[in-house]
Amino acid sequence: MRYCQRVFSALALTLGALAALPANAMDIQRVTSPGGIEAWLVESHVNPLIAMRFAFRGGASQDPVDKEGAAYFVTAMMDEGAGELTAVEFQEAQQTLAMQMDFDASRDVMLGNVRTLTENAEETFKLLRLVMTQARFDQDAMDRVRAQILAGLKFDANDPETVASLAWDKLAFNDHPYGRPIKGTMASITNIERQDLQDYVKRVFARDQLVISVVGDIDAETLGRVLDQVFGDLPEHAVLTPVADAPPPFGPTREVIAMDVPQSVAQFGHRGFPRRDDDFIAAYVLNYIIGGGGFSSRLMEEVREKRGLAYSVYSNLYPYQHGAVFVGNVATKTEAVGQSLAVIESELKRLSEQGPSADELESAKSYLTGAYALRFESSASIASQLLWIQIEELGIDYVTKRNELIDAVTLDDIKRVAKRLIEADRLITTIVGRPVETKSKAAPG
Amino acid sequence: MVMWMRDQPYAARRFGLRFLYIFMGFAFMTAAVAIEHVEAAEEVSEFTLKNGLHVVVIPDRRAPVVTQMVWYKVGAADEPPGSSGIAHFLEHLMFKGTEEIPPGQFSKIIARNGGDDNAFTNHDVTAYFQRVAKDRLPTVMRMEADRMANLRLTPEDVATERDVILEERRSRVDNDPGSILQEQMMAALYSNHPYGVPIIGWEHEIRELNREDALAFYKRFYAPNNAILIVAGDVDAEEVKALAESTFGKIPRNASLNGRKRPSEPEHGAPVRVTLEDARAGRTTVQRYYTSPSYASADPGEAEALDLLMRVVATGSVSRIYKRLVVEQKKAASAGGWFSDSGLDSGRLGFYAISADGVTAEETDAAIKTVIEEIRADGVTQEELDRARKSYIAEFVYTQDSQSRMARHYGWKLAMGMSIEDVDAWPDRLRKVTVQDIKAAAQKYLVDKNSVAGFLLPTPEFTSSVGDAPAPVRAQMPAAGKS
Repeated sequence: MRYCQRVFSALALTLGALAALPANAMDIQRVTSPGGIEAWLVESHVNPLIAMRFAFRGGASQDPVDKEGAAYFVTAMMDEGAGELTAVEFQEAQQTLAMQMDFDASRDVMLGNVRTLTENAEETFKLLRLVMTQARFDQDAMDRVRAQILAGLKFDANDPETVASLAWDKLAFNDHPYGRPIKGTMASITNIERQDLQDYVKRVFARDQLVISVVGDIDAETLGRVLDQVFGDLPEHAVLTPVADAPPPFGPTREVIAMDVPQSVAQFGHRGFPRRDDDFIAAYVLNYIIGGGGFSSRLMEEVREKRGLAYSVYSNLYPYQHGAVFVGNVATKTEAVGQSLAVIESELKRLSEQGPSADELESAKSYLTGAYALRFESSASIASQLLWIQIEELGIDYVTKRNELIDAVTLDDIKRVAKRLIEADRLITTIVGRPVETKSKAAPG
Repeated sequence: MVMWMRDQPYAARRFGLRFLYIFMGFAFMTAAVAIEHVEAAEEVSEFTLKNGLHVVVIPDRRAPVVTQMVWYKVGAADEPPGSSGIAHFLEHLMFKGTEEIPPGQFSKIIARNGGDDNAFTNHDVTAYFQRVAKDRLPTVMRMEADRMANLRLTPEDVATERDVILEERRSRVDNDPGSILQEQMMAALYSNHPYGVPIIGWEHEIRELNREDALAFYKRFYAPNNAILIVAGDVDAEEVKALAESTFGKIPRNASLNGRKRPSEPEHGAPVRVTLEDARAGRTTVQRYYTSPSYASADPGEAEALDLLMRVVATGSVSRIYKRLVVEQKKAASAGGWFSDSGLDSGRLGFYAISADGVTAEETDAAIKTVIEEIRADGVTQEELDRARKSYIAEFVYTQDSQSRMARHYGWKLAMGMSIEDVDAWPDRLRKVTVQDIKAAAQKYLVDKNSVAGFLLPTPEFTSSVGDAPAPVRAQMPAAGKS
């Protein structure tokens, strides 16, 4: 659950095909509304509910300079009144309908998530239309939400993991939009005005940047009407600020941020591979072996199971559109954080030089292909998978191809990719804790 | 709207579950029950093996996947005095191995079978679960049954895992002043009952836990006649029964199991206030806890009334407390609350508010108390009750969409002594609650004497004004490992 915003971009990768998947879960229809809006639909009438997920390409990287957090601010305002309904009226209507709606801003996309009971679908989609086209951004609601975001930033400023992560982004991406905090800063959030939120919506909420997936108790024809009703009045084209590709982030850099905490938190990593890289799938399998596979991963084995140095240690690949990274995290009592990092570095070095074993590769493939079906447990999780396949432009048949791609990774591939991906002596590392003690222990091990 | 809720952390074994379980009451409230108008849903069925293992099967045919959960009716509140944390420690050690499973291989075998597994410990229950493709159910059931009786622990494994748990405690509690305060508030709310002792344990006692403590606890409480097996997913009851008989069925019952006897909580003589000043507090935050019954300990209908009381008064942005403190009076940046309803012996009503800039903890606390007084005096309106109830009951449909949430829901309630019929009749019992019931529940339980208030205060040097974030001290250092 950590990295909740970032984890989304990795989600689609965990999809796969297994012959056993039932027809109703896998029959993906491409629905085009009379007005030309496309969505992927999986019909399922077992439960009387509909899950809809949608995204606009753009996300937090579209925040204007000095207005960092604008996209995030917009997401928090989506249930604060629309059309004739004030915030309180809107929220009461939402409660009456048991309509679940939330929005989230990630770096590259703005995400919407709606669930409704079939019996309330018509009213729910009416409300959603209001949100998409007539969000009010009333001053008093803005003041409330601003105060909440500022309070959140205060808490974040004292959360070692968040501080380590923000500092890492800054070191890795510097002045690139990815170096800026998605939730903004105390100063930028204080600066954001109503016009900024309205401008953001006007620029980003457009049909040419929209992808949609729907799962549940609705047929294609009805969905077509809903799509036009909810999204039909959005402008056809977004006005996005071009985002440059970031230079590949590399160290060696180590930054220590002083905080009086008994346990230090460190984030480490460097450039990863973009989604379109030919080696991406192999790198994904490799990351499972490094630190993505829980108790089956090297880092967990070496840091936690053998040495008891940490409760959590893990790594991930984040193939952001304009700058892919490979990032890991560990939390260790302050006096031993240097030892944890030394173990991690030496394990990364070993993997880069020798690659994983044949057994590790087989275990990873066996998990990754076998666990695919678990991603399709609920309507909401299926909708989420289908959304990310669209965002990452992997094709409607990706679900049936994905496990073959994983299975095709050979030991030679993964050894070559380990060499190519991992540069253990060029890590960017941020440590939040007590610098003096960390410093003395952080020498090469 | 941006909302926070803070409550006692729930000790899950792996970091990935941290936020799923962070709010006990919340996790329970959002769980599902069977809804009458879902025609396609098959019946939940149950049976008991000869050795006393209670088995529940929840069919869900949408994907070829199953969730297996084993719930032991033992938790942190059953620990011997002085051994706090042993229930959770044992939960970690259950992954170490048996005669059949080599040390450290349990989760790896599950993973090689394409499955996810984990476990969690609470004051009253300890649960282990796996999610796998349905054809792997025999494998995971054999493994789960095996470790019910055949756990093997080496002294080295125990020593290393104790270090891991100390790190877990640092992550969950020591690194977070909000958690430190909650731990103290719970200790004040339960001065005699073991709910006042943290699930993860007090640090000085964790340090003393050893292999013998863990094995003694295991032998005393881990037995088929003290457990519930839940299998949800693409299976039928006959299939589960045959599998369970050939695996768990071989384990003898524990004849000396003699229930759970815990010291009870006396009437409190005075309200308590706990104040923590901490540089890391971030913002002034006020919480109030009140002891109440839980679903398991309440008189008929009372827990349902408390449940709906807290939905109206404290859940979300349409709640009374949010409207009064955040929208109208602007005394708080955020405010809310919860009913922690899942305990065996007792429940808890909780409220929180994050003070607006320039508002003191005293003022925020007074504002919370005013809302509580208002409810005690006037109750809630029929409209508020109807709206909250409608949405609450509707949420069950969303939960029914997920087999693992269904497994968790039934497991919890059955482990607390309810029957499947009780669980399924819950929406009907909620429908019977009246505004009078809610007012009566508020008057009975929102009583100052039963309360603990917790103030979390940033220390002066960190109470900077808006736009002036505390700047952490930074130091650039040469990278290690660079030659």
